[in-house]
Amino acid sequence: MAEETLVRPLPQATTRPASRTRWGKRALQLNAFFAYFFLYAPIAILVIFSFSNSSFAGVWGGFTFDWYIRLFQNARLMEALRNSIYVALISTALATLIGTLVALGMERFRFKGRTSFDAVLYLPIVIPDIVMAVMLLLFFSTALQLINGLFGTALRMNLTTVIIAHVAFNIAFVAVVVRASLKSFDWRMEEAAQDLGANEWETFRRITLPLILPGILGGALLAFTLSLDDYVIAAFTTGPGFSTLPIEVFSRVRRSITPEINAISTIMLLASVLLVVASQLFQSRQQR
Amino acid sequence: MARTIAVELANVTKRFGDVTAVDNTSFQLYDGEFFSLLGPSGCGKTTILRMLAGFEYPTSGSITIHGREMGHTPPYKRPVNTVFQSYALFPHMTVEQNVAFGLEMKNVPKAEIKTRVSEALELVRLGGYGNRKPRQLSGGQQQRVALARALVNQPEVLLLDEPLAALDEKLRKEMQLELKGLQERLGITFLFVTHDQEEALTMSDRIGVMNRGQILQIGNPIEIYERPTSRFVADFIGETNFVSGTVCALHGNIAAITTAAGQTLRGLAQQAVQVGQPVTISIRPEKVFLTPISNGTLPSPPAKHTNAMPVQVERINYIGSDTRIIVRLHDGSTFDVWESNTRSTLDRDEYWQPGEAALLSWPEENALVLTE
Repeated sequence: MAEETLVRPLPQATTRPASRTRWGKRALQLNAFFAYFFLYAPIAILVIFSFSNSSFAGVWGGFTFDWYIRLFQNARLMEALRNSIYVALISTALATLIGTLVALGMERFRFKGRTSFDAVLYLPIVIPDIVMAVMLLLFFSTALQLINGLFGTALRMNLTTVIIAHVAFNIAFVAVVVRASLKSFDWRMEEAAQDLGANEWETFRRITLPLILPGILGGALLAFTLSLDDYVIAAFTTGPGFSTLPIEVFSRVRRSITPEINAISTIMLLASVLLVVASQLFQSRQQR
Repeated sequence: MARTIAVELANVTKRFGDVTAVDNTSFQLYDGEFFSLLGPSGCGKTTILRMLAGFEYPTSGSITIHGREMGHTPPYKRPVNTVFQSYALFPHMTVEQNVAFGLEMKNVPKAEIKTRVSEALELVRLGGYGNRKPRQLSGGQQQRVALARALVNQPEVLLLDEPLAALDEKLRKEMQLELKGLQERLGITFLFVTHDQEEALTMSDRIGVMNRGQILQIGNPIEIYERPTSRFVADFIGETNFVSGTVCALHGNIAAITTAAGQTLRGLAQQAVQVGQPVTISIRPEKVFLTPISNGTLPSPPAKHTNAMPVQVERINYIGSDTRIIVRLHDGSTFDVWESNTRSTLDRDEYWQPGEAALLSWPEENALVLTE
């Protein structure tokens, strides 16, 4: 797609020397080839070796589904997968709700300190994961110490702290995506609805929400993917005995790369692709 | 004739920060009339409409609809509906759902909604389009859906915010007539906001001409065009020639004016003027006559043409229905003269030629003496 756009001759290109145009075209084709190669070759290798009947991850030993079967029989991996999905679902729901409200508030109202609020909101997107992780670890340990000291409880970091951490950074991502979709939203739609007798809530439910839903779903999808994907922040904010899938995978990889890891990665890849396709389908139906 | 007042604005002012959009304005709309607010962009006409709809609240003053004070009543509790310039149709709903929206919000029974929606669509000649989405319709059709969506609620006043501005010339003319016909049939009060003077003249029962947040003149189309009371209205509605001077004599409501060039012109004074007062005379280009001067002898002007002066034809613009002639006066100023092309001829000699000498004349009641 991008390749086609790049090589389409410009109107004045016809007057250039033919050889130069041809070389330019070649170079672009080569460039595109390498770009796609570097992007997709590792993925292809990962998928292929997940079906390899060999216990060494990089050796082809014939086709098999064994690793997938073994995977589903592996209690620890399955628990990590369940944990990941649990964290992703809850943190996505919360981040989508809060992020959407933030986006609506920022787009609709002019208030004092809006510009600084705007800048601060996007901080979680630009600060490095590791900084965010250390920050949250410090925050949680201090907060838990305080709560435990005050109420005599023995709360520790677990999946709930991971969820809170994921909500914290996902709000920013959801807000960015929803705000982008609000930029094209015609606010006169709201005036028209109110003019026809709809109060604020009915206006939101019947007009605003359906029209910005593709943006909200896009934001939710991004949040879900980021949460599933996250290793650094989850590793810092979880407690002993609570692993998400990336944490579990990483701890296994440190010992040895097994085709099981390839299999679970392939499944995750498939899941992300399906999610993206589903959201695209939904968005195109929304526009029809 | 006792006419009930549908809408009354009393001393309404609206400020946005330092900007005064509407400045101490008062006027009334009668039941069943087609009232247009006409003025250049930024004159405050749309702000008045938005205050009636409830999208803005007045800074001071009162707005009543059939005697009920609107104050800070939100838009969804007002007995008015709006047709927006951009139509603002809901893109995710069908035409039918768009039109039904207002009735659903009022909890009208389902069966009644169905009949009223199809009646409204028939009314705007869009029967059979109910299942389409707005973007599958042409601009004119979208316009009619917006109209049906508002009318189906039987508003006490229908507010129209430049609804025809986005349509092309021919369609706009058609919609003007259609809109006027619809308004007459339904008897609903229309407040129509426009910057297009021809549109306002074509459709309105009365026109309010606005400038800088104030209504300068209210009257029917003939009064507005034939008897503008200010220089702004004379200039904004149609085209006109202005000549300034000082009042030198009065005969009833006819004033004689001495121009800077020392000429004496006569015109109709609508307001009281005094001798010595500086005034402007407004003379419409189609209300003056040109008589050819041959062999250098000044012809006598047509009967009752008490104003006459020799001029030279400078430029001729043939525009089909009219020929628009620019003539130069002896003091060097120019003057527009429009002649209707009542005869059909290809003979160039039948038309004016540049450089030709002529006598420009008009009866005194064709010129208006304006004080501001």
